[in-house]
Amino acid sequence: MSRFVWATGALALTLLTSPAVRAATDAELADIREQIRQLKESYEARIQALEQRLKAAETRTAPSVAEQQPPTAPPAAAASAPAAPPASGISAFNPAISAVLQGTYRNLSQDPNKYALSGFAPSGDIAPGKRGFSLGESELALSANVDDKFFGNLIISLTPENTVSVEEAYGLYTAAPYGLAPKFGRFFSGLGYMNDQHQHAWDFVDAPLVYQAFLGGQYDVDGLQLKWVAPTDEFLEFGGELGKGEGFPGTQRNKNGVGSGIAYVHAGGDLGPSNSWRAGLSYLQTRAQNRNYSQIDLSGNDAQVGFSGSSQLAVADFVWKYAPNGNARETNFKLQGEYMWRRESGDFTYDRDGALGLTNTSSYGARQSGWYLQGVYQFMPTWRVGARYDWLNPGNVNYGSNATYLANPTFHPERWSTMLDWTPSEFSRLRVQFQQARLAPGITDNEFFVQYILTLGAHGAHKF
Amino acid sequence: MKILCSLLFAAMLANGVSSARAALNVFATVPEWGALAEELGGDKVKIYVATNALQDPHHVEAKPSLIARARNADLIIATGAELEIGWLPLVLQQAGNPKVQPGKPGFFEAAAFVTLLDEPVRLDRAEGDVHPAGDPHIQTDPRNFARVATPLAARFAEIDPENAAYYQERYKAFADRWAASIAKWGTEAAPLRGVPVLVQHKAFTYLIAWLGLKEIAALEPKPGIEPTTAHLSEVLAILQRQPAKMVLRAAYQSDRASQWIAERTKINAVTLPFTVGGDAAAKDLYGLFDDTVDRLLKGAQ
Repeated sequence: MSRFVWATGALALTLLTSPAVRAATDAELADIREQIRQLKESYEARIQALEQRLKAAETRTAPSVAEQQPPTAPPAAAASAPAAPPASGISAFNPAISAVLQGTYRNLSQDPNKYALSGFAPSGDIAPGKRGFSLGESELALSANVDDKFFGNLIISLTPENTVSVEEAYGLYTAAPYGLAPKFGRFFSGLGYMNDQHQHAWDFVDAPLVYQAFLGGQYDVDGLQLKWVAPTDEFLEFGGELGKGEGFPGTQRNKNGVGSGIAYVHAGGDLGPSNSWRAGLSYLQTRAQNRNYSQIDLSGNDAQVGFSGSSQLAVADFVWKYAPNGNARETNFKLQGEYMWRRESGDFTYDRDGALGLTNTSSYGARQSGWYLQGVYQFMPTWRVGARYDWLNPGNVNYGSNATYLANPTFHPERWSTMLDWTPSEFSRLRVQFQQARLAPGITDNEFFVQYILTLGAHGAHKF
Repeated sequence: MKILCSLLFAAMLANGVSSARAALNVFATVPEWGALAEELGGDKVKIYVATNALQDPHHVEAKPSLIARARNADLIIATGAELEIGWLPLVLQQAGNPKVQPGKPGFFEAAAFVTLLDEPVRLDRAEGDVHPAGDPHIQTDPRNFARVATPLAARFAEIDPENAAYYQERYKAFADRWAASIAKWGTEAAPLRGVPVLVQHKAFTYLIAWLGLKEIAALEPKPGIEPTTAHLSEVLAILQRQPAKMVLRAAYQSDRASQWIAERTKINAVTLPFTVGGDAAAKDLYGLFDDTVDRLLKGAQ
């Protein structure tokens, strides 16, 4: 090896001192570089050949490692450390850090401040965002193995309004046997297909309408999750979650115990090398107490109303991915759909604050549903097109005696979306999206988005 | 809660059943380690290969089928050096199988036993999809299989001590036949020494080092970045000064860029199997290198 170093050094010295070479053209430089590289390679090849011969000689003369030792003892070769020495110093145990930067330009024909899904209780911050240029949510993620038993992950979201929120902060018990994976802390629930995907991983700028109507965009759990993967060749996973249940459709209740329960089952597998799929059924049970909002009544007044009672949501989801021979690099297609059905029953108070002098509490029962279907096609490397259709069914709402004041919803909100995105590398994506939404009777919102998503730092996971 | 308890019970029951299994369940991330495991493990191992030769190993997702198979694996054989970084950590996290977590005997990384080449001088994503530890495509040099086979056979024996003698016997047979084959390929490939080549993706570093080929340029402007017309024109300019004999691409890669160059320069576009299953002749490890050398010799003519 030292001969190689000397040779390279001498060559480098010549390069530095000789004025003729200093004026060398790019081509000549490239040629010299090539020669150095060849020199290096030929030395490496020779060293490797020597190693090979040495190894061959060793195997011929000495009995092998496994024979010398009792079979239970870890053989020296297997136990030996990786080739590269680990990094040392104070930063050696730093967690994997990554950041997501996003921004959007929006052109909305309707006022986003009046965004609402007709016939559905407001579920929180689901509006498409400000018109014009705006910064998206920036995300900062830290993750690492805590020790030999736990893995920790923290994802902080920085909003364009300069507020900070903890999107996910959970621990994972990695030493659990029998296919069990316990998680605890704050995390996106594993219900449905899209719920545990971060917004920057979505195929469209915004969430499907069912997620907006039934889960307030995305369902976050503060609590425990236990998943179990069945020991079968086909994928079969059962999951259960117990949480605080503060998020929509539940509310804060200031009580001990469990506020929400979730159970789901996912199945999946491959059909030949080109197709893979996953399907699931999920169930969410939670309660709301004084879920208050305002609603236009039959007389046209903006009445304060409130709901207290139980809320159950069932979700059926599937995703099918196709890539020729499983090679998603060139072209691939993804079809996904989810159906949600919600039942709520309890008490409903009309004119909660008495502003209209008509305060009335009555029984309430509602069964509402909706679905979306979307397809995304990568027609050439780095380029994808997608289309999505959203539909909501206001279903049956039984207002009891409040029917005197409130109308039964009959309008079906729907939305058509198309998008085109360019993903020059795994770490960047630019997207345009156009959609036409009819979310309330007689109102059509034409929405146009341009979005960028940049990922810095640790390599992200390729989630299915 | 009742559901959870019964799930737990079912899990324990299922585990009891699965431990009575005879063969060692091996999960190989890429076909070459599946093939090596077969050479060393014979009928004592049941091999599942997570990807195929026509799949870009950098673009694999944590598919449900992979989670299910990792859940039941006794040994995971990965390349390492960040080749599987996009999907294997996620699969391991979701599979709930403590036996095959990194650091445990059930997790084997081949790259740890090979001297990696092409360690990047500048670790920056502006340089493309670089692998910090060095080039992970170690399977293009047969000598690397000899390096990996020794610790892998030892690992088999460690996990499945009952069959240690069997693995050792197979290892010896493999090591002898493999050394002879390397010598044979070396002789056959002697005319390739110094032959200038282009590569589509920088995936043949070890092959080039082994056979003494001369890499003139890569068609991808940066590793993992799609070839652009501008960059291909630069490659054409380089070829004016330094002609190449052929352009190499792996079976899983699109032939567009190679064909583009081949048409304009009349050099041979050579598709290499890259791993076991990359073409009809590359049925096993021997076939892989028989065919690779064969195709290179034809391409160099």
